[in-house]
Amino acid sequence: MTAAISLQVGIDSISAGALFAVLALGLALLFGVMRLLNFAYGELIMVGGYTMYYAQDLGVVPMILITTAMVVIVSMLMELIAFRPVRHAPPLTLLITSFAISFGLQQLAFMTVAKGAQKGVSPYPWLTEQHHIVGIRFSNLEILTLLIAAALLIGMTMLLKRTTIGIQLRASTEDYQMAQLVGVRGNRVISAAFAITGFLAAAVCILYVLRTGALSAQMGVTPLLIAFVGGAIGGLGSLSGAALGGFTLGFLVNGVQASLPEELSSYALMFVFLGVIAILVVAPDGLLELIQKARARARSPVPSRAAEPPRETA
Amino acid sequence: MLKIEDLTVAYDRVRAVNGLSLHVDEGEFVGLVGRNGAGKTSTLMTIVGVQRPALGRIMFDGTDLTRCSPDEILRMGISLVPEGRRIFSRLTVGENVRIGAKSRRDRAAVAKDIESVRERFPVLAETWDRSGAQLSGGEQQQLAIARALVAGPRLLLLDEPTLGLAPLMVDRVFEILRALHEEGRTVLLVEQNAKRTIESADRTYVMRTGGRIQLEGTAEELQARGDFESAYIGMAEGGAG
Repeated sequence: MTAAISLQVGIDSISAGALFAVLALGLALLFGVMRLLNFAYGELIMVGGYTMYYAQDLGVVPMILITTAMVVIVSMLMELIAFRPVRHAPPLTLLITSFAISFGLQQLAFMTVAKGAQKGVSPYPWLTEQHHIVGIRFSNLEILTLLIAAALLIGMTMLLKRTTIGIQLRASTEDYQMAQLVGVRGNRVISAAFAITGFLAAAVCILYVLRTGALSAQMGVTPLLIAFVGGAIGGLGSLSGAALGGFTLGFLVNGVQASLPEELSSYALMFVFLGVIAILVVAPDGLLELIQKARARARSPVPSRAAEPPRETA
Repeated sequence: MLKIEDLTVAYDRVRAVNGLSLHVDEGEFVGLVGRNGAGKTSTLMTIVGVQRPALGRIMFDGTDLTRCSPDEILRMGISLVPEGRRIFSRLTVGENVRIGAKSRRDRAAVAKDIESVRERFPVLAETWDRSGAQLSGGEQQQLAIARALVAGPRLLLLDEPTLGLAPLMVDRVFEILRALHEEGRTVLLVEQNAKRTIESADRTYVMRTGGRIQLEGTAEELQARGDFESAYIGMAEGGAG
């Protein structure tokens, strides 16, 4: 592999990884707060896709704003109508509820917006314009994807670290009951988590549809799978873990595609999943947990200071 | 201040607490000791609204808490230091303390209370920007107490705060509790370390398995009772009972 190709793979990996990280983050946020694996996450992307189709004649900016608002509203309604009544139910009930919403929205789309000839969002020529610099090829859309994904990741980090609602979200992600016992209001935090998830899904949807153009009732399945796999290998229980998993998956997919000989290229996905399995065997709790344990071991012979005898400082 | 009448708490068909009655007066330091599984934690979890009672009443300043949410109970002035500390290990020490004041709106008073816990617990002030996971067990316990204190509680509940701590840190926790009591705070302490609890508290209830009160009194009264040793056996030296 030449230096230019390696650089190209690196850039593609970062670009795809950033998008995967945003996807995984949306899923991890709800998993953390509610222990909910939301299978209907993909349908938010589908709702966004069809909103883009119907709003595309209004121009790029109105289309983006309407799509974002629509996906955030649908996400919050999902929580209010479907998940709030079963919030205290066992995780299996939540999982089945999310399946029901997912299939329900897909069927609704089949019967309405997805009926008839396949719909699509017209490509914007300026977005697909290609640039070639020192042997590296990239389009405006790829630059935009990278910039937006980076902005979303930075924005999410700032939101979670610097704002009151962010600190409450992080606390609720770790111990929801204890967060309530210190006065964090469950409804408010969960609504915020769904709104943020909706915002992230809208952003991913816009970038995804601008790239592919095609819409279908089941268009959310692939992004959902990416979010799940990214979250699982990074660690769905933590937001940083999910983001790390997304980036890892981006590197894995692009690395496998670039290194496979041409006759094996149609099996790329199989090799990607073999890589995912290998990661999960080494790090069943996710890569972040593995890194944290390694760090703790490096710092001290005991795994955590919480297990050490107390320091007599008082 | 707090009056529990005939409280029964059940998980499915198993009764963890069965007809418990006790009271805590304003400014009192009350201990609640008993063996593992006696129903001590279930009692506290019911007071703070996490667990709903099957029967009985919990009155706090004339209000029945059994219909209130954890959030409402916290706002009424009851704060819990839970078993196992349950600090937010991914948050910094400062964030852990600040989130404890989430239920309060009086910002100036909150700032004053945060400054006060930084003075009371110098180790927390030193580690303010470090993550909670990096603290030792004793430091985490101090953090859990600090987090409960900034909620501005009128009644502080503590569930096994010395569990798993080294003897010197156990001394430190009891020293903190005595200081809080001397400042006029009302404390209900649940402990397996019966000896230390009875010595420190104004009054102590001894709970037997099945969630009933077996004995009640001051340290002198309890020691004067003939059946004290039998109720007490296995936990007199503060070990796990």
